[in-house]
Amino acid sequence: MPEARERPSGSKAAGRQGIAARRAPDDVDRRLINALQGDFPLVERPFAQVADAVGLSEEALIARLQSLLDDRVLTRFGPMFQIERMGGAFCLAAMAVPEVRWGEVVEAVNAFTEVAHNYRREHALNMWFVLATETPGGIADCAARMEAATGLPVHLFPKEREYFVEMKLEA
Amino acid sequence: MTVSDPIDSAVGGAGVPSGKLGDVQAVADLDRRLVLATQGGLALVARPYALLAEQLGTSEALVRERLAVMLADGRIRRIGAVPNHYAIGYPANGMSVWDIDDECIDAVGERVGGLPFVTHCYRRPRHLPDWPYNLFAMVHAATREAALERVGEIAAAIERDFPGVCRSRDVLFSAGILKKTGLRIGA
Repeated sequence: MPEARERPSGSKAAGRQGIAARRAPDDVDRRLINALQGDFPLVERPFAQVADAVGLSEEALIARLQSLLDDRVLTRFGPMFQIERMGGAFCLAAMAVPEVRWGEVVEAVNAFTEVAHNYRREHALNMWFVLATETPGGIADCAARMEAATGLPVHLFPKEREYFVEMKLEA
Repeated sequence: MTVSDPIDSAVGGAGVPSGKLGDVQAVADLDRRLVLATQGGLALVARPYALLAEQLGTSEALVRERLAVMLADGRIRRIGAVPNHYAIGYPANGMSVWDIDDECIDAVGERVGGLPFVTHCYRRPRHLPDWPYNLFAMVHAATREAALERVGEIAAAIERDFPGVCRSRDVLFSAGILKKTGLRIGA
C-alpha cells in the first residue's frame, strides 16, 4: 500500500532539473510541514493529534498530506531509518558523468534500489548520491556493479566521522 | 510511550512463538518486517499503526512499541515528513567542502557542525589529487548569495578559532533532485 505513493524516479528525473514540485505550499501547508518534521506521535490516531495542534480536521490533514506528496512538495512521509544501526551502511558517492550520457546514466544509477537519493551538482563530479546497503560490504559491491553498468568510475566518500545531522528546515 | 523489554512484551504477542531464542528471533523478524512495510512511507489513514499491525499479523500495541524501541535505539532517526527543499523555500543547497589540516580536523568539524545553519557535517576521505577536501558541511538557503554568505561565515569561524588550518574550499550547489526515495532494503 505505501508503495503506491512512490514518486516516479525514472524518466522524470533524467532532465537537468530532476524532480520538481508541482505547486508552492500555502500557509496551511507550511504550518503542517513544520508540525510534521518533529516527532510524529505513536498513538492510535496520530493524525488526529497533529490536526488538533495545527487547527485542521483529521480528514483535512490527511488529504492535505496526500496532496503534498502527490505534488512532490514532500518527497516522503514516514520513519527515517538509520541503516547503520541495523548493521548496514550508508555511503556518499559521486560520479563525473559526461553531459551527452546524462539521461542514460541517471536512469542506470537510479535503477539501483541501493540509491536512496541522488542530486545533480555543479562540479566535474556532477552526480552525488547516497548508497544504503544492508551489510557494510554491500557498498563496495554496489559500486562495482554500478561501474559495470555505466562504464564510469564511482568515487566513494564514506563517512569517517559525523559531527552533526539535523535535517529540519522550517517551511 | 513506554519502551519496555522487547522480549517480555513480545511473549504472547500474536504470531510470536514462545521460548527465549524464538522470541529474540521473532522480535528481530518483526522489526525487519516493520522496516519493509514502512520504508516506502507510512499509510495516510486515521490509524496507520493498526493498519500495519493488520498487514503484519500482530497487535497495534506491539507495532507502536517496536517503533518506539527503534526510535529510542536510533534505528529510526525520526518519523515525519521529508520536504522537497526546493519547494519549501530553500532552492540553494550548497555542499561546502573544506581541506582541513588532519591535526585538527575533528575540532574544526565539531565547531562547524555546531553552527546553527549547518544541516549535516561529516569528515570524509580525500581523493587526491583531484579531491583534497576532508570536511563536508551542508547549507540550505533561499538564494545562492545567502548560501555563499553562510559558507563565508563558516570560513570566518574556522579562521578565527583555528587560524591557518584551512587550505582550500569549494561549494557544490545542487542543480536538481534526481532521486529521493530514502533507503530500500530487500524483502
